[in-house]
Amino acid sequence: MEGCVISPRDEAEMSEAVAGADGPLRILGGGTRPIGRPVAGAALSVAGLSGITLYEPGALTLVARAGTPLSEIEAALAAEGQRLAFEPMDHRGLLGTAGEPTIGGVVAANVSGPRRVTAGACRDHLLGVRFVDGTGAVVKNGGRVMKNVTGYDLVKLMAGSWGTLGVLTEVSLKVLPVPPISAALRIAGLPTAQALAAMTTALGSPYEVSGAAHLPGEAPVTLLRIEGFETQITHRTARLKDLLRAFGDIEVETDPAVVRELWAGIRDISTFHGVAGDVWRLSVKPSDAPGLLARADAEGAALDWGGGLVWLRLPEGTDLRARLGAFGGHATLVRASAATRAAIAPFQPEVAPVAALSEGIRRRFDPRGILNPGLMA
Amino acid sequence: MDMPIPDAGILSRKAQIVARLLAVLPRDAVIHDAAETRAYECDALTAYKCPPLAAVLPASTAEVAAVLRICHEEGVPVVPRGSGTSLAGGALPTADCVILGVARMAEVLETDYDNRFVRVQSGRTNLSVTGAVEEDGFFYAPDPSSQLACAIAGNVAMNSGGAHCLKYGVTTNNLLGVTLVLMDGTVVELGGAHMDAGGLDLLGVVCGSEGQLGVVTEATLRILPKPEGARPVLIGFSSNEVAGACVSDIIKAGVLPVAIEFMDRPCIRACEAFAHAGYPDCEALLIVEVEGSPAEIDEQLGLITQIARRHDPVEFREAKDAGEAGRIWLGRKSAFGAMGQINDYICLDGTIPVSELPFVLRRIGEMSKDYGLAVANVFHAGDGNMHPLILYDANAGELHKAEALGADILTLCVEVGGCLTGEHGVGIEKRDLMTTQYAPSDLEAQMRVKDVFDPAWLLNPAKLFPLAVTETRRAA
Repeated sequence: MEGCVISPRDEAEMSEAVAGADGPLRILGGGTRPIGRPVAGAALSVAGLSGITLYEPGALTLVARAGTPLSEIEAALAAEGQRLAFEPMDHRGLLGTAGEPTIGGVVAANVSGPRRVTAGACRDHLLGVRFVDGTGAVVKNGGRVMKNVTGYDLVKLMAGSWGTLGVLTEVSLKVLPVPPISAALRIAGLPTAQALAAMTTALGSPYEVSGAAHLPGEAPVTLLRIEGFETQITHRTARLKDLLRAFGDIEVETDPAVVRELWAGIRDISTFHGVAGDVWRLSVKPSDAPGLLARADAEGAALDWGGGLVWLRLPEGTDLRARLGAFGGHATLVRASAATRAAIAPFQPEVAPVAALSEGIRRRFDPRGILNPGLMA
Repeated sequence: MDMPIPDAGILSRKAQIVARLLAVLPRDAVIHDAAETRAYECDALTAYKCPPLAAVLPASTAEVAAVLRICHEEGVPVVPRGSGTSLAGGALPTADCVILGVARMAEVLETDYDNRFVRVQSGRTNLSVTGAVEEDGFFYAPDPSSQLACAIAGNVAMNSGGAHCLKYGVTTNNLLGVTLVLMDGTVVELGGAHMDAGGLDLLGVVCGSEGQLGVVTEATLRILPKPEGARPVLIGFSSNEVAGACVSDIIKAGVLPVAIEFMDRPCIRACEAFAHAGYPDCEALLIVEVEGSPAEIDEQLGLITQIARRHDPVEFREAKDAGEAGRIWLGRKSAFGAMGQINDYICLDGTIPVSELPFVLRRIGEMSKDYGLAVANVFHAGDGNMHPLILYDANAGELHKAEALGADILTLCVEVGGCLTGEHGVGIEKRDLMTTQYAPSDLEAQMRVKDVFDPAWLLNPAKLFPLAVTETRRAA
């Protein structure tokens, strides 16, 4: 039923909508991340379940309904000098989508940004979830406290499950203070292997580097980020400059607007915005990145997470996995036409015993196979 | 604490099962003599004991797979065991089970500083992971109190925490991959040296599954560069409420200490008598530790001092050197030993929202009076992970009364928005309380995961879920 969107207003209605569904459902948050195999089905929107239900700055916790706009959460946190430390990427520029990213979408896709390299991913900051499984049953797991090992950790399982195990209705997150100062260290002109060495040196130092990215190309740029109090910034900048002396001149940027813009560009992979081609995202062992870059022969590339995250832009329809051969980690086709996403598996195929476990879990959480069926296949 | 009635059929087939295990393992790796299996009759929850049918000590992933394949065919329950330091009874045997101990697998398999990880066999102790990398300036962050003895296998099973989680997270945040052997002997690799999952985050659900989904034989662990330095301050307060408010204000101010530890008066007194750390005699004290270069530490401690002064501390002591830092930590680190010397105790680890600290501490005080059992509190305040120590006399038959008080305290933790266990795990200890935190549909969702990994419910089957809830699955 194209065009018709089911929009429950609360968790009870969501439960009824799923229980009463007579066919596949396409789960929608803000609709800004059309990633994975195209799903045919009735659109089920989570946007009606909106609002922050609890925010305790002194306990570093925030609970919100899944359809809450991310911008609303970020504004509430900013008012208390706090933030989501995992720095969720905004996919709109890359994917050419409009709409309002929701916190449920961020969690369902386990969306993390440059700070993931040291602060952890979305899943590491997710304390609890409520969701409706494929039978319509409401399930909660975890809670709103920072340490919780009571029962199985379905919280992690739900993060990055792309709506295939359940429809998230509420999420609970750990939040962190925003350090007063953020600085970017910039080194120009490094070839990829040397850039990787610079990032590795920085991340292996005690100076708490919270971002390490490299944009190759005709004018390559390597970026490092440090955040903290004034003494920390002064001390760490000096030590890092010393440590990285061999890699060339280091320019330090402290203008808050410029630093924010630089890292937003890395986070949202702005170098690929408006440029045609498929976009792949690889999660790899950082030291493998230069070799993979050489094998991929891509039209564009960017490294984040000290080399652990590789972005590649390739001609439409390229089967990158075939080109790379076996490697440790995985490749996700993030941007491609629906036809390409139907032809090439967007998510890395798993080895048989692992695929069997994943499939078994999906079948038990969604016995009728109606929640975003096939999206991760 | 009830345990399932042992399967008479398995008991009668002991000789055959032992013979099959001996066919795949060296003679000294199969312990089946009744006198020797008693070494495995309990873990650190010593109130409950039961010798297993047999214990095996495989030395490789292949041997673990061979053992599990046999037990799977024979329908024998398997209880995985790391170092046996569980306070929740996670490694408690049943008479018809095989204990699978990973103690003989303790090697470091790979050290990679450039990519900041180590791969170890799961029997390696927590502290010796750091031991393997610290000379090169790195460490493994999760630091449970039992870190000298506890194994990575148990840390992964229980998703262990420690005092420094506020900054560094718990096991699951520092675990990159595992080699997991399923109950039917299938070996799977989850995760690796890369940072996130390509499909469903199975690694995330395996961590903390209390040995019920598979046996972890190898783990890839994230290691971190050691901070330049660390320094604690000790702050004494005239009431628990004020100390609790101070914790909340420190966190709100944007400083993120690496640890905020809390001790109440009963605990302070016991520690002082035991360790003579020179603690002030006050209602509550905090130990707050920050990291960095000397100047960075000065700046952060300056801010913390300002905040603490607003709460009229009765004592404020900043470590001037390593010796003073050591004395500040001395009492805290000997707290459990101090308690053990004067009493039997149950150590709980319910977690609560930090904002509920004053209320919960007051209620625990009232409950303690009602039961006539002393409770001392020492815990990780920054993340709300309580550790009430219920003191009792086992010889006077007070165990059941102490357990009842424990159940009431944990129920209170859940009522204020917290949980039953922050880092120890459920095991058998909190199994029957799971229904206070979770509705039937919540537990059903968790059990479905076990159905997938271990359809016959043979791995550590009598733990984590209330027995009545799992009865049909275990019997099937």
